[in-house]
Amino acid sequence: MIRYPRRTVLRAGAAFVGASALGFPAIVRAQSEKIRIGHLTPLTGFLGVIGSYAQLGVKLAAEEINASGGVLGKPIDLISEDSINPATAATKAQRMLEQDGAAMLLGEISSASSLTIMQVAERNKKMFFSTGARSDALRGKNCNKYSFHCDIPNTVMVNAVGTALSQKGMVKGKKFFTLTADYIFGHDLLKAAKTFFGTHDANLIGDELIATDATDFSPYLLKVRQARPDVVCCNLAGNQVTNLVKQYAEFGLPYPLVGFNLNTGDAWAAGAGNLGGTWPTVWYHTLDNPASKAFVAAFTKEYGKPPENHAWIDYVTLKLLAEAINTTKSTESNELIAYFEKQSQFDIMKARKAYFRSWDHQLVQEAYPFTVKPKDQMKDQWDMLVLGEAVPAAGDPLETIYPTRQQNPCEMKA
Amino acid sequence: MQFEFLLEQVVNGLVLGGYYLLIALGLSLIFSVGGIVNLAHGAFYALGAYVCVELTKQLGFAAAVVISPFAVATLGILFERFILRRFYTADPILSLLVTFGLAMVAEQAIRMIWGAAPVSTEIPQNFRGSVIVGDFLFSRYRLLILAVVAAILLGVWLLLQKTSFGRVVRAGIQRQDMVAALGIRLQPYMTAIVMLGVGMAALGGAFFAPITTVHPAMGAEVMTIAFVVVVIGGLGSFWGVVVAALLVGVVRGIAIHFEPAAGEASIYILMFLVLLVRPRGLLGERIEKFE
Repeated sequence: MIRYPRRTVLRAGAAFVGASALGFPAIVRAQSEKIRIGHLTPLTGFLGVIGSYAQLGVKLAAEEINASGGVLGKPIDLISEDSINPATAATKAQRMLEQDGAAMLLGEISSASSLTIMQVAERNKKMFFSTGARSDALRGKNCNKYSFHCDIPNTVMVNAVGTALSQKGMVKGKKFFTLTADYIFGHDLLKAAKTFFGTHDANLIGDELIATDATDFSPYLLKVRQARPDVVCCNLAGNQVTNLVKQYAEFGLPYPLVGFNLNTGDAWAAGAGNLGGTWPTVWYHTLDNPASKAFVAAFTKEYGKPPENHAWIDYVTLKLLAEAINTTKSTESNELIAYFEKQSQFDIMKARKAYFRSWDHQLVQEAYPFTVKPKDQMKDQWDMLVLGEAVPAAGDPLETIYPTRQQNPCEMKA
Repeated sequence: MQFEFLLEQVVNGLVLGGYYLLIALGLSLIFSVGGIVNLAHGAFYALGAYVCVELTKQLGFAAAVVISPFAVATLGILFERFILRRFYTADPILSLLVTFGLAMVAEQAIRMIWGAAPVSTEIPQNFRGSVIVGDFLFSRYRLLILAVVAAILLGVWLLLQKTSFGRVVRAGIQRQDMVAALGIRLQPYMTAIVMLGVGMAALGGAFFAPITTVHPAMGAEVMTIAFVVVVIGGLGSFWGVVVAALLVGVVRGIAIHFEPAAGEASIYILMFLVLLVRPRGLLGERIEKFE
């Protein structure tokens, strides 16, 4: 028998465990040549669950576009990969643009990874459509000419939920305790939340920064109870939200739990009976308009489950990109940027059309607060949310809930 | 008041440590007896959770949480007989590779069977909410887990210390060759140890299914902590792993009390410090075959 010192074995074991934490790329490639578009989204880690929906959505969009003749008569060749973490995301983005010959990039959910891809896009003078990252800073101090932002920013989520909470008398004079994801997205969301609390006479009595890989929230829940707030507010992301919601239900704390960030995938993962409170969302599969219904039907037929909001946003983004390429008859960055900066309108399956705001490239669109359906009223496991009225209200300009130029200044270099 | 809050975190950390113990103890036992670092241990934890969620739909949570570990332990027999058994005397790097590969296969298999999106289940109504003892808040459900862990711990200890089965296993940890010289085949014992180990991991998964995200990569998540516990506790030591699991829970709680952002990092700092002072871990025995 060969004998190895225990420490050698343990060291090798630790290296393996470490390596597994980095995750493994799931690589999906479409076949044909022609117009190549790169798609990056986290398929592993705490955002991997919602990222897998994004990938399904973008693939469906590519299939549909190609089935109807492609763009400029050529099929789209979609390369979709796991972005894993900010450093790998940048490396892969660079490779897609430089070696794979991608004309443009889209995707991402993590604000940290999105930021690094934005820098790659700017260096290469190619467009990047950030579909799922919500940090205000990406549209503000980190903005650049080649980056476009499709999801609603943190400020909009705070305004959507904050308005709904104000109407219920849950803001003014109330004591808030926030739990915040400890990376750029969470920090940014907390900043937006603080601004909201400040202007609406609410008190922030405690905040905890929580590592993205935390799965047990019991020590934080004890700290919440020790502080005895009026409202607990979740500024977490991905699996963190699911874990918190489940453990909040487990402990049964008496303070209402609300949140400024939630993706439908996290709500589904938390399961009926665990989630309550008021949250924001950008799209939900029960929205009642023909385009949305057609998409939900096509997606459900293909994958056997309804689309999550990341499936929707990545689908819609590739569709509007195809529309822009066909209209401008070009895949050149400058021509497309000029087209989008004209604030051209797009149907994104909502009551009102959306457009990219010229000065910060934010896709200006409606958002929705939602509450949770009682379990016995749900038609199926996906039918969890009750959407509130779209914000802003029908008569108000869409931009009223978005940060202003003064609040989130963006300087784009020409 | 500050002190009470701190104490509350300590007590909560002990409860959490009990749950870490379920996963780490099996990992430690399999390594001690077979000399194999089972990197696929987390996969059994994940399977335990998924099987529990599935069975809950048919039989209810109580039955599911009991049946799931036994079902997974049965898989453990196949795992031991057809895979692990070939590697007891081989270069350890091979067993690391094969269990690491198996962990990936298992994760992907779960993804293919149940999908990438998480599945969910709920705690039964009567175990929801919390109880307040003195001024301390406890989750009712976690107290249940703690009670079960304590019972299992007692059972495993008795099994190892007071039965002839345990004597052979303990002898096997120290001197496999002597056990063989006495005419005892260690292999059936190893099968039993692997069953016990992966069964406990599956029980951990089943218990945590209602209160955490049940997703394909959950096994990899828990492996890191289980590994830290085993390294801190020291190999071959039953009580070492027990103490380490509780310590890891408590240190994390204390860290979160004072410096929340350092919560997850604190356990690695603890591991570093322990290894600096005691390279064999807290209560690690000198095991000849590993020196």
